[in-house]
Amino acid sequence: MGLGLLASRALRSSRIFRNPTNSVLRTIVSTPELNNADAAAATAPAPVPSDRSPVGGARVHFPNPDDVIEVFVDGYPVKIPKGMTVLQACEIAGVDIPRFCYHSRLSIAGNCRMCLVEVEKSPKPVASCAMPALPGMKIKTDTPIAKKAREGVMEFLLMNHPLDCPICDQGGECDLQDQSMAFGSDRGRFTEMKRSVVDKNLGPLVKTVMTRCIQCTRCVRFATEVAGTEDLGMLGRGSGEEIGTYVEKLMTSELSGNVIDICPVGALTSKPFAFKARNWELKGTESIDVTDAVGSNIRIDSRGPEVMRVVPRLNEDINEEWISDKTRFFYDGLKRQRLNDPMIRGADGRFKAVSWRDALAIVAEVMHQIKPEEIVGVAGKLSDAESMMALKDLLNKMGSDNIFCEGNGKQPNADLRSGYIMNTSISGLEKADVFLLVGTQPRVEAAMVNARIRKTVRANNAKVGYIGAAADFNYDHQHLGTDPQTLVEIAEGRHPFSSALKNAKNPVIIVGAGVFDREDKDAVFAAVDTIAKNNNVVRSDWNGLNVLLLNAAQAAALDLGLVPESEKCIDSAKFVYLMGADDVSLDKLPDDAFVVYQGHHGDRGVYRANVILPASAFTEKEGIYENTEGCAQITLPAVPTVGDSRDDWKIIRALSEVAGIGLPYDSLGAIRSRIGTVAPNLLELDERTPATFSTSLRPEVSQKVSSTPFTPAVENFYMTDAITRASKIMAQCSALLRK
Amino acid sequence: MFGRLAAQRLNEIRTAFRRTPQASRSFSTALNYHIDSPDNNPDLPWEFNDTNKEKVKEILSFYPSNYKQSAVIPLLDLAQQQNGGWLPVSAMNAVAKVIEVAPIRVYEVATFYTMFNRTKVGKYHLLVCGTTPCMIRGSRGIEEAILKHLGVKRNEVTKDGLFSVGEMECMGCCVNAPMMTVADYSNGSEGYKYNYYEDLTPKRAVEIVEAFRKGEKPQRGTQNPGRINCGPEGGNTTLLGEPKAPPCRDLDACSAE
Repeated sequence: MGLGLLASRALRSSRIFRNPTNSVLRTIVSTPELNNADAAAATAPAPVPSDRSPVGGARVHFPNPDDVIEVFVDGYPVKIPKGMTVLQACEIAGVDIPRFCYHSRLSIAGNCRMCLVEVEKSPKPVASCAMPALPGMKIKTDTPIAKKAREGVMEFLLMNHPLDCPICDQGGECDLQDQSMAFGSDRGRFTEMKRSVVDKNLGPLVKTVMTRCIQCTRCVRFATEVAGTEDLGMLGRGSGEEIGTYVEKLMTSELSGNVIDICPVGALTSKPFAFKARNWELKGTESIDVTDAVGSNIRIDSRGPEVMRVVPRLNEDINEEWISDKTRFFYDGLKRQRLNDPMIRGADGRFKAVSWRDALAIVAEVMHQIKPEEIVGVAGKLSDAESMMALKDLLNKMGSDNIFCEGNGKQPNADLRSGYIMNTSISGLEKADVFLLVGTQPRVEAAMVNARIRKTVRANNAKVGYIGAAADFNYDHQHLGTDPQTLVEIAEGRHPFSSALKNAKNPVIIVGAGVFDREDKDAVFAAVDTIAKNNNVVRSDWNGLNVLLLNAAQAAALDLGLVPESEKCIDSAKFVYLMGADDVSLDKLPDDAFVVYQGHHGDRGVYRANVILPASAFTEKEGIYENTEGCAQITLPAVPTVGDSRDDWKIIRALSEVAGIGLPYDSLGAIRSRIGTVAPNLLELDERTPATFSTSLRPEVSQKVSSTPFTPAVENFYMTDAITRASKIMAQCSALLRK
Repeated sequence: MFGRLAAQRLNEIRTAFRRTPQASRSFSTALNYHIDSPDNNPDLPWEFNDTNKEKVKEILSFYPSNYKQSAVIPLLDLAQQQNGGWLPVSAMNAVAKVIEVAPIRVYEVATFYTMFNRTKVGKYHLLVCGTTPCMIRGSRGIEEAILKHLGVKRNEVTKDGLFSVGEMECMGCCVNAPMMTVADYSNGSEGYKYNYYEDLTPKRAVEIVEAFRKGEKPQRGTQNPGRINCGPEGGNTTLLGEPKAPPCRDLDACSAE
């Protein structure tokens, strides 16, 4: 002991007292030239004008040529519009500035200080995200001062960060991890206890590990500005500061999953995905969401045969960079209740697995025994354009014209494309200043469209009038009435809201697809047309007349002309071909009718089926879907098919062969060229095709509107189709989050 | 071997610097989140009383009508006084309603400012200054003495509901350190007193507490009988005569030259 003490004293004196310049406290700045000011000046990089391209393909618009200013980023001149921040100027110059709190779609907070840059004539480094760029500003992003400043910020951020990357789900895609590779030290100087924070319960979707939080407040700003549920806040002060709801509260927003993406660290992660996979093990497939009619762009991350998670892809015209919770978390439904073998219902009422050959032979035989007008085909809400084309061709060849897509109503009007798509386009909604929502609750029917409306309401102070059953909105709105009589009042100019419409510059009317199921739909649309005509809603430079569809298949079905010959075809049907149709009412179907269910989930349609033909889900096939604004997009197979299932169009093609009426296409290319002859716009992928004729060409209707109130088209946001109904996560959400 | 010894020595230094290794951080305020209890939950009704309703109107009139949320701090203060020195969650909700913001925006403010008490306090809320000058002059001993005398922990209320002890940061009274503040809610929000007791010793602090218990109101200010306010003990040592005017003002002298 005595020896040890002596030795340690000797050590201490030699290290601390005798040689103070070479101290034990090692400097952690990794720029040696900083230790010597002269050397720093000598080695400062000379400005080399280089040909740099903007970060992430950022586009610059100059609305007014007079508002262009020039700044210098690392000696390289860039022209930017007035009002941009230093950070945006650097991005245009092709310099990526590290940041945590700054997010281009949220307000600027400027509290993480990671984006510090050196500006000439500024006494200290400036936070580039919050500093407006001024003409002639000389910004330096890679000087020793900027680097040292960022290293200092990083050291403070890591001070209270638990460094539990090995057990953190954000590992591998963590901003803090990535940026600490550039600006972090390999050791810390902080020897005190780290802060710890109690985890918050935000519901079944978002897992919280609040100790990892670096207080960037992105989630608080997202909840307040985009999601419109002011639940999250910054509580406390100083080092005790934490993100929370203060009172025990779940995050009841339909967009809550996006906080997982915007969180730069692992504080907010996906609860269903927790500890399931590492992001570098996943294969990403760029695809399209089909759970609603918006067609949000998604990336399906899969590992082997399993879909592990769904994350958004950037598409400014459709979903920006957000997706709804349903889109993000329904994927576990793809693993449950799947149909994997062709099956035939025996005499005892039980299904028996058979071979494809037997199943198709039975269907073909029955189909031939039935009179053509008693054959009915129903396309489901998740059907792609190819399979609907094939089904229509098959039934037409059999002599039947009774084919429709569920959700389009009994007597859909497919004559005018402008009568069923969103003519303004989703991104076009941002120019509107007055909204009239007729029988639609966009928050549950199309969450991303609702996010656009909310964005517009916030940015332009747009007015929103709503006609329909009492509903929950996350922006200011006027509830004008519950039934179509209010619509007539507005059309006749008797309602106070008509003056708002009249004075609007860019009025928008959105009619919900729930109206398609009403008896008086023609009269409702006639009233809407009158309002549009009286208020200049459809002009050469503006088309504000919209229909908001509910399902991914609807628009393509109407484009392909899936319109039944008779309104009551189901009542007299003897043979019904359900192609993934689970929500069509089969109550009036005769008991002796033969029902074929072709689909991927054992859902409602299977209960009445005689034969089951297993098909692949949208994650397993390539298919064209048209979204509510008329933009055709394509899904790509991310995972292999389940069991013995096949793509929808292939099953129909095979059935036509067995039935002896071979359809004239054998490949996706061939079926697409067939689609091209019916609806060429479906082949213009990723590009919105506007409707050619306006709805003013509609024939006059003598029908009168009834006084039955509009009913909500979607009862439960989280469960709308076969996949989401099979999902356990969606079931949890329905139980916990619905108000 | 030297490496091991060096590491051991480093550990010794660390433990010497770390006074309280376990609860390394304690805050003067309560938790940053709310836990429902019978006397503090969002379902309890809470409203401004009639006299305060007038005051609410007056406070709101100071701000433009589209910036009502600016009134959050004065309104929280009013609510705290009405509620005997602390803010239950339902009072914060009531304030949020008045200024038309989401409740979380009010919680953010109330948790930020340490003088908003979000847990129950006694009729006499004793706040001992814990900032450096007072700490050097022995504020920790004073807090310890009071806590021991009352038999409570920090931020706890005595069983009779009379006292609670908290810590405060500098109250600008360093010249008479150590000091404590007594927030006196014994006469309701009308007779609310907020007095400084300075130049404390542990013994004197306990005497003051006992005086409050008896219902007396001890003399505020310095507790050192030799001092007057913040003047030095034993009378002034400087500025004893009439101070001379600055030489440049002595116009007669200037003109004489």
